[in-house]
Amino acid sequence: MAEVTSASPPGADTPPSSTMPTADPGLFARALADGTAELTLVVENLHCPSCIPRIEGALLGRPGVVEARVNLSTRRLRLRWRGNADEAAALLEPVVEQGFRLAPFDPDIEEAPHEAMRRTLLRALAVAGFAAGNVMLLSVAVWGGLVSDMGEATRGLLHWVSALIALPAVTYAGRPFFGSAIAALRGGRLNMDVPISLAVLLTTAMSLFETMRGGPLVYFDAATMLLFFLLIGRYLDMGVRGRVRSAAENLLALQARTAIVIEAHGQRRAIATAELRIGDRVAVAAGERVPVDGRIAAGRSEIDTSLVTGESLPCPAGPGGEIFAGTLNLSAPLEIEVSAVGEGTLLAEIARLMDSAEQGRARYVRLADWAARIYAPTVHVLAFATFLGWMLFAGTAWQSALMTAVAVLIITCPCALGLAVPAVQVTAVARLLRRGVLVKSADGLERLAHIDAVAFDKTGTLTLGRPELVNGDKIAPADLRLAASLACASQHPLARAVYRAAGPVPAATGEVREEPGMGLTAKLGGQEIRLGNRIWCGVSEAGASRATEMELWLTAPNQPPVRFAFRDAPRADAGALNAWLRARELPVTLLSGDRPAAVRELAGMLGIADWHADCRPADKIARLAELAAAGHKVLMVGDGLNDAPALAAAFVSASPAEAADISQTAADVILQGDGLAPLAEAIRVARLSRRLVLQNFSLAFGYNAIAVPLAVAGLVTPLIAAAAMSASSIVVTLNALRLNVLQRGRTP
Amino acid sequence: MTVLVYLIPAALFLGVLGLGAFLWALKSDQFDDLDGAAHRILFDDGDTPLPRRRSNRDKRAKRKRPVTNGVDRS
Repeated sequence: MAEVTSASPPGADTPPSSTMPTADPGLFARALADGTAELTLVVENLHCPSCIPRIEGALLGRPGVVEARVNLSTRRLRLRWRGNADEAAALLEPVVEQGFRLAPFDPDIEEAPHEAMRRTLLRALAVAGFAAGNVMLLSVAVWGGLVSDMGEATRGLLHWVSALIALPAVTYAGRPFFGSAIAALRGGRLNMDVPISLAVLLTTAMSLFETMRGGPLVYFDAATMLLFFLLIGRYLDMGVRGRVRSAAENLLALQARTAIVIEAHGQRRAIATAELRIGDRVAVAAGERVPVDGRIAAGRSEIDTSLVTGESLPCPAGPGGEIFAGTLNLSAPLEIEVSAVGEGTLLAEIARLMDSAEQGRARYVRLADWAARIYAPTVHVLAFATFLGWMLFAGTAWQSALMTAVAVLIITCPCALGLAVPAVQVTAVARLLRRGVLVKSADGLERLAHIDAVAFDKTGTLTLGRPELVNGDKIAPADLRLAASLACASQHPLARAVYRAAGPVPAATGEVREEPGMGLTAKLGGQEIRLGNRIWCGVSEAGASRATEMELWLTAPNQPPVRFAFRDAPRADAGALNAWLRARELPVTLLSGDRPAAVRELAGMLGIADWHADCRPADKIARLAELAAAGHKVLMVGDGLNDAPALAAAFVSASPAEAADISQTAADVILQGDGLAPLAEAIRVARLSRRLVLQNFSLAFGYNAIAVPLAVAGLVTPLIAAAAMSASSIVVTLNALRLNVLQRGRTP
Repeated sequence: MTVLVYLIPAALFLGVLGLGAFLWALKSDQFDDLDGAAHRILFDDGDTPLPRRRSNRDKRAKRKRPVTNGVDRS
């Protein structure tokens, strides 16, 4: 076990995970046309700006490196060098030596269309900002002309210049809205972009018409400002989603898998798991995750299947035994013959189950779209009625009746509505991101606000998913330290648990030997010390059956053997979270694939009355369907492969960051860090932001209640429209920002 | 009021100049890492050279890459 030295960067406080495969970065590099190779890596422990020159400096000094660029926002490193892809590992050595943990980034995940969209939005925002500023400048002159002696010719000139700026700007900067509105209309739906596009287009068209006529009612300033404000909201939304997304992608990259293939003449070679074929032989070292579905060809070991089945005790496996991708090989190296790839794997079966579960889920209508469904028809009918009213009852000319109708459209201002939701969500998602909660799906936060029941998986979700020493207080400190000094030589989960429990202990001075599947032995002062299983330590089998515990024994000559008991312990804050949920009257269900004894014990410990053991993935979905049929909106929290279909079926879902990647993909929310407490924070923030969104809607409604009668009466001038529009947008945005300062409620 | 005839174009020209500068900065990847950029100015020269401008050949190579939007894997 590597000691953390002073040279390691700040933040290198967590020990390297034993389950992380040491993927050869060269497999993920790609050769470019000009003879260089390019690779993107995630720097897991990049926390401070001073790491930038250390990483880049170390790399740029290496021969052949053309470019090494650290991106602090996304925590990624882009490396380009002259030469072959397989030189990557050697090039990166100086960075790894400094204590940085690097994970190669799968080029398939990288460069999502998202980045291009962000740039398009930023460009549109710049153009809209330029246009809004300059048109407003001219408009102020026109408004000034209302009280001074501006001639009609000058006003006409200013209007024409405004038109010259506004028309191309609206055409360019409005595209994000127009595109989305057209898509929605094609699908027979209404979203917020439909009224926004209509308002912008009608306003611009009518203003152009009025400019040609030489009239005073020109609203170019309102149209460009509307676009500018809305684009700000949209860009911020995109920005924070992008950050969440790249964080989620980084988590997946940390699981990038490779496999060691044993070739015909015994040579071993690392390849990407996607390239494995049926019949290949794969070597899996102790402490590594099994990369494929297969049959054990050689070796005898214990397998931790918790991530696949939820079973918390390791089960023995020997030649001929079936083994699944995602399980953890605990004690001895294995050779596996690949028996299924692609569609035939357990993973593919889970994915199919997920698909059908997802189709069964009712489509959720986002708040903004729901508002648009009410808002758009109302406003358009109102504008039309205004037009008819002025024509028929007041007998005005159709042009001026039309101008009044358009003024109604402008003053009802989808601006406040269009900002009401994104402004709150940006604030909420950014705040949760700081707490380590990644809200991945666009409507995840809204759905989270609705939940009235929670279903948990057990192993790896409520528990840590790794064994912890449970009888530490019954063991003499000297024995614990002795055991730990042996244990630090091993990667076995039980040995690591002993080491964690004992705290920092110097390694044993003598030579420590590890017998795979059995235990450790060392000669200390002429005495043979053994740490291992019952047989290895020669302890009699009497009284052996403790079904829910794993054990290790420590023996020294002439001393009674010491028993170390381990259990998959609940997370430190699992109890507090459950108490918090109970206090808010959110019923909790425990759905586990583990044995009844283990599930009952944990349910008792946490006070969960409703628990189900031995659940297969389909059982979990069925249980969720029962809850949904009873009118519940369920939050499912799970991590394993077996939870993925349930995560997809639930109303909203969350998973810890160590979850299987298919589960992380299915989950709406990802919790980073060791605790579950952020989940309570997420529920709280979700409810708070729903309240703020509704508040914003009522603010917008109140504003309309005052402004619309004025507009219908034909009293609105371009000046009033511009002032009212900015005022309502600013009020709504300020109200959204309140989310940051609102008193943090008590969460565990 | 004839002064408007050249004042308005002058004002617009300056505005367009600013817009152009922003779009150029966006195009040359200066908005990719806002957190890092804030700190890079503090490092000694030579530690971290500015990002090499991509040559045209690079850009072509980049464009030729297959678009990876098939599956949303986040």
